[in-house]
Amino acid sequence: MRMLQELSWKVGGQQGEGIDSTGKTFATALNRMGYYIYSYRHFSSRIKGGHTNDRVRISTDRKNSIADELDILLAFDQETINLNAHELKAGGVIVADSKFSPTLPTNVAANVQLFNIPFTKIAEETGAAIMKNMVALGASAYVIGLSPDFCAPVIQKLFGRKSQKIVDQNMAAVHAGYDAMASQNTDFSGFQLAPATPGEHLFMIGNEAVAFGALAAGARVMPAYPITPASDVMEYLIKKLPSVGGVVVQTEDEIAALNMTIGAAYGGARALTATSGPGLALMMEALGLAGMTETPVVIIDTQRGGPSTGLPTKHEQSDMFAALFGNHGEIPKIVLTPSTPEECFYMTVDAFNYAEKYQCPVIILTDLALSLASQSVEKFDFSYVMIDRGNLATAEELAKVEPGKLFKRYELTPDGISPRVFPGQKGGIHHVTGVEHSEVGRPNELTSNHVAMMNKRLNKISGIEMPGSVAYTGDDTPDILIIGTGSSVGAIGEAVARLNRDGVKVAHAQIKALSPFPFNTMQAHMSRAKRVIVAEANATGQLFHLILMNGLHHEAISSFLKYDGTPFMPKEVEAHLRGAVSAWQH
Amino acid sequence: MATLKDFRNDVRPNWCPGCGDYAVQAAIQRSLGSLNLEPEQVAIISGIGCSGRISGYFNTFGFHTIHGRSLPVAQGVKLANRDLTVIAAGGDGDGFGIGLGHFMHAARRNMNITYVVMDNQIYGLTKGQHSPTSAFGFKAKTTPAGNIENAISPLQIALAAGVTYLAQGFSHDVNQLTELITKGIQHKGFSLINVFSPCVTYNKVNTYEWYKEHVVPLDQFPDYDPTDKTSAAAKVIATDGLCTGLIYIDNDRPAFDELIPGYLETPIAQQDFHINQDQFDKFMAEFA
Repeated sequence: MRMLQELSWKVGGQQGEGIDSTGKTFATALNRMGYYIYSYRHFSSRIKGGHTNDRVRISTDRKNSIADELDILLAFDQETINLNAHELKAGGVIVADSKFSPTLPTNVAANVQLFNIPFTKIAEETGAAIMKNMVALGASAYVIGLSPDFCAPVIQKLFGRKSQKIVDQNMAAVHAGYDAMASQNTDFSGFQLAPATPGEHLFMIGNEAVAFGALAAGARVMPAYPITPASDVMEYLIKKLPSVGGVVVQTEDEIAALNMTIGAAYGGARALTATSGPGLALMMEALGLAGMTETPVVIIDTQRGGPSTGLPTKHEQSDMFAALFGNHGEIPKIVLTPSTPEECFYMTVDAFNYAEKYQCPVIILTDLALSLASQSVEKFDFSYVMIDRGNLATAEELAKVEPGKLFKRYELTPDGISPRVFPGQKGGIHHVTGVEHSEVGRPNELTSNHVAMMNKRLNKISGIEMPGSVAYTGDDTPDILIIGTGSSVGAIGEAVARLNRDGVKVAHAQIKALSPFPFNTMQAHMSRAKRVIVAEANATGQLFHLILMNGLHHEAISSFLKYDGTPFMPKEVEAHLRGAVSAWQH
Repeated sequence: MATLKDFRNDVRPNWCPGCGDYAVQAAIQRSLGSLNLEPEQVAIISGIGCSGRISGYFNTFGFHTIHGRSLPVAQGVKLANRDLTVIAAGGDGDGFGIGLGHFMHAARRNMNITYVVMDNQIYGLTKGQHSPTSAFGFKAKTTPAGNIENAISPLQIALAAGVTYLAQGFSHDVNQLTELITKGIQHKGFSLINVFSPCVTYNKVNTYEWYKEHVVPLDQFPDYDPTDKTSAAAKVIATDGLCTGLIYIDNDRPAFDELIPGYLETPIAQQDFHINQDQFDKFMAEFA
């Protein structure tokens, strides 16, 4: 029997009826068995009601994207079937609660089978209707050829603290669902999942990776205002920072959040805030202050659908220009765009070191799919975590400051980076202001001073390229180079691999730093490619224009955009690439 | 031990001769000089406006921020280093116009910082527009036919927001002002000292003479009890917000800094930010 190396499963129902926890239990259990998981939730900006679903891709090797097709759909209402059945591949399976008398819509692939299983009734018989999700998990286990006990350790962890009775009842519900599916006397051999290679992966969302990265990097103050899809960063740190003497303050708005972050960083802490587009817009004046006063702050911006309130729970990559150019005036600023949870972790660690080394704001730009998709993640390497606080004035330097003289916090140095001191340090007294200032921080409007200080600040990061700003895979002289950023790494990567298998020379460059822009690396890659396609999740081609704006020209460069609120799927990228191939061959 | 003169620097303020802010500067210097503090232990965080320049006029750490945002920055400084004496300062437009939201939330949060507002009921630096504390009917560049908006009451707002130390002073009485600021700094929690600080250039109504005639010093009421919030609110309303002295104090409510879970005695700024391998592994194991 040929077993599947990957399988795609989805559970759907009304928001508030445990769909999330069903998906999470299923995914967590499989992750523990050594499978790789990529799980993406569809949800709305409301607490109860409205369709929600969780789409889980299970594979024996790492995938960073949702799958093109669905194998199995678990439905708790007819709406779930109506909205999602078209994603099922030919011969796919729907398992639905017979309580709502499910019917198969007409727009489905060939041979899709619908199984009506009394999820609710079975759950009531084993204890309570609320356990219908467990019944559904048991039914799923049967279809994909797992023991019903596959989820026992996760159930134990979830309910063990409440009572063993609750654990036993839930497991009984799982078994009952498994048996109900078995009694259908159907051959599910086409859905048998190949065994996983045992191995331990973490299972987390990008927001958690960022938050853990901040914790490990020594962030100890986080002022922030709740916003989807960024709130998890704050919620994680609220739980963890007290154990290391740190603090999260939920501020009155995002304006206060960034200003308080600036105060904390000036005061000597490592500090961050996290937000999404609307909050980033409110932070712009303070962002300029951080740049002008050379205060090291880290800002996480989890991009969501815009403009305005836009699509708060949907995917988009449309804050690139806001992050790069949103503030008034001109400041140095580092903007990083990780593409996986691993990069979220390591680049957040880097971000704090960059902020203090270059004494400027660092923005980590993630996108909704990266922020919220639950993924199997390789364990993080503790030895990577180094804390480099940059140029801090030594005790000797402070002792040399003459009484009555101010410390030269903004000393004009060859690399533009001046020594830093914190309030409380004797000999370190100086002034800080958002007004153009002298070396000791006093207001100074002289033309020569302004030019010198502008150059000092901007030169700190001009002409440099952060390590790992571009990940390049594929042929050195490709017929097509596809460029992406953020969470699209998986979808693009899979599409490129498919074309490569067919002998088409396609290469892939994922950009992980928008500022400073990796000009030299990208110039080298682009100059060797016959054609260049820039793929991004927005309507105006911000990355495409950023590349051109940085002076990188190519005679055959084009833009590939998606802005319907959903991330790229591998098949969409593949179709675009194949279309480009056939266009030039004819 | 540092004295008054140690908190002075050599900068000549860019305020008009006769501006009320000079007295505020002097009162803060006297307060600091009396509190057994060293200059480097003090951070003065100001907003934007004529009065916002005040952070540059002391021999202390100073941060001249952006319009309306002195309080969020000041709170961040305090979070990073709880040992610092943190004073926020600015004008009525800065604190009660653009920064009003931060003011109310800072009061309710009750961090152990002091906020000194130089209230002249006008926008001075932008040359004479009406402010949130300008009276109804007040004529300014932006209200040529007289102000058709009501003035807000910073004192009532402070009480409503849960302020734990509320005082009002007048630039004419530096001794009283010094005492009010000193007590505010000593208070464990958020303290507001609102100061009538006349603008001699653009406000021809609310002058030194006008304030002298209209302020109501609370020390003329021997039975006044500043720990009684009800009578504090009544007095503020009865005097149309013109009472001076210590209006309200709540010594019972702990400051925010004392309530933060896991907050250490050692200021964050002086801590080692590394976590060890065991902590790291424990945090990471939660994601398995």
